[in-house]
Amino acid sequence: MSPIVEVDAVCKRFGAVNVLEGVSFQVRAGSVVAIIGRSGSGKSTALRCINGLETIDSGRIRVCEQELTSPRLDLNRLHRDVGIVFQSYNLFPHLTAEENVMLAPRLVLKLAGGEQRDLAARVLSQVGLADKAKAYPSQLSGGQQQRVAIARSLAMKPSLMLFDEITSALDPELTGEVLKVIEGLARDGMSMILVTHEMAFARKVADHLIFMHRGKVWEEGPAAVLDAPQTDELRQFLGNGL
Amino acid sequence: MISLTPEQLLFLLRGFGWTIALSLLAFAGGGALGFVLALARVYAARPVRTVVMLYIKLIQGTPLLILLFLTYFGLPALGLVVEPLPAAALGLSVYVSAYLGEIWRGCLEAVPRTQEEAAACLALNWRQRLIHVILPQAMKIATPPTVGFMVQIVKNTSLASAIGFVEMVRAGQMINNATFRPFIVFVLIAGLYFALCYPLSVWSRRLEGKFDVAHR
Repeated sequence: MSPIVEVDAVCKRFGAVNVLEGVSFQVRAGSVVAIIGRSGSGKSTALRCINGLETIDSGRIRVCEQELTSPRLDLNRLHRDVGIVFQSYNLFPHLTAEENVMLAPRLVLKLAGGEQRDLAARVLSQVGLADKAKAYPSQLSGGQQQRVAIARSLAMKPSLMLFDEITSALDPELTGEVLKVIEGLARDGMSMILVTHEMAFARKVADHLIFMHRGKVWEEGPAAVLDAPQTDELRQFLGNGL
Repeated sequence: MISLTPEQLLFLLRGFGWTIALSLLAFAGGGALGFVLALARVYAARPVRTVVMLYIKLIQGTPLLILLFLTYFGLPALGLVVEPLPAAALGLSVYVSAYLGEIWRGCLEAVPRTQEEAAACLALNWRQRLIHVILPQAMKIATPPTVGFMVQIVKNTSLASAIGFVEMVRAGQMINNATFRPFIVFVLIAGLYFALCYPLSVWSRRLEGKFDVAHR
């Protein structure tokens, strides 16, 4: 079976800054890949390129059987296959948790009212928030908002989920509840890429780790690479106690 | 009051009615055009954005009185004879569109970019993103300045008296010409304008509170 994500020699420039300099990696279907690295190493940009939020200058990206550099790329179809959760949640503030979750299934998947509500109830209970369906985002804690954002993505039944530093904006005591949800998804066999600063969590949940440095994949391998770093940069990164 | 005959009072009230009607026409016409201008300013291709921006600058830099003269005296010169009401409604609509277009552009842009990004990542198309994600939030931001500007529209309709449209001020001038009681006539008119504008600002404040429920 071909990988669900293939990134091949991707370069990306913002003005004069080379953010990605020939990044290549693959993600097998059903596996969890964690991307780690310092701020500015290009890890979030790499993630955003995978669902077409950023265009690339050269190289090739193939996601869920779609060529991102193809002129015939259907971004809407790509977004149906790939869910993303952001650091800043980006819930719709004028809608309740349930309405946030139901919006895309209603408009894009054209589900009927009853199906929408069943689906919302299912994904909200999957993230442990069945009792918060009627709450507005402003009435929820950061951790709860982030879990609603995950539920909102899951409702579209994506084949791949991207997580962009989703616990970075949370208080330490709230990160646990969000990470638990991701662990659950990993157990269910969801293909995922997480950009994260939670090293212990990455080690625990990821099948494959990618250490990015200066816009390149500097080191990669199973979680064990963290125990025996091959490069000084990764050693320093780990040594800094994060 | 005592010094005005019932006929004169009725005439003034009819003028009051026309002031309301003209305000509504100006708001409807200017709002429809202004909405298109705001969308074009934010989402259209660059050349279109530039043209719209020039239109807005041009209109905002022109006195409303000149716009009314242009529609009432200028259009007939081009072979298009218009009655005072349509001329006033057209001139005011053009004027209002430039201001509402700019106010609403700001409101559209005040909705964080990340909201549209999140909606796009859920596979919503542009129209769906606009209707279900951007506009509900932009409308909340737009309510106070829009209703505030409606007060300006109501007061600016008085300029239509200059092209012979008998709204409240023109009616007052005609009554004054007959009665020579300027003080009572124009205080009465000021009171009627206030009666129209004050509820608008109260309504604006109430709407703000209502929309704000989602953000408490």
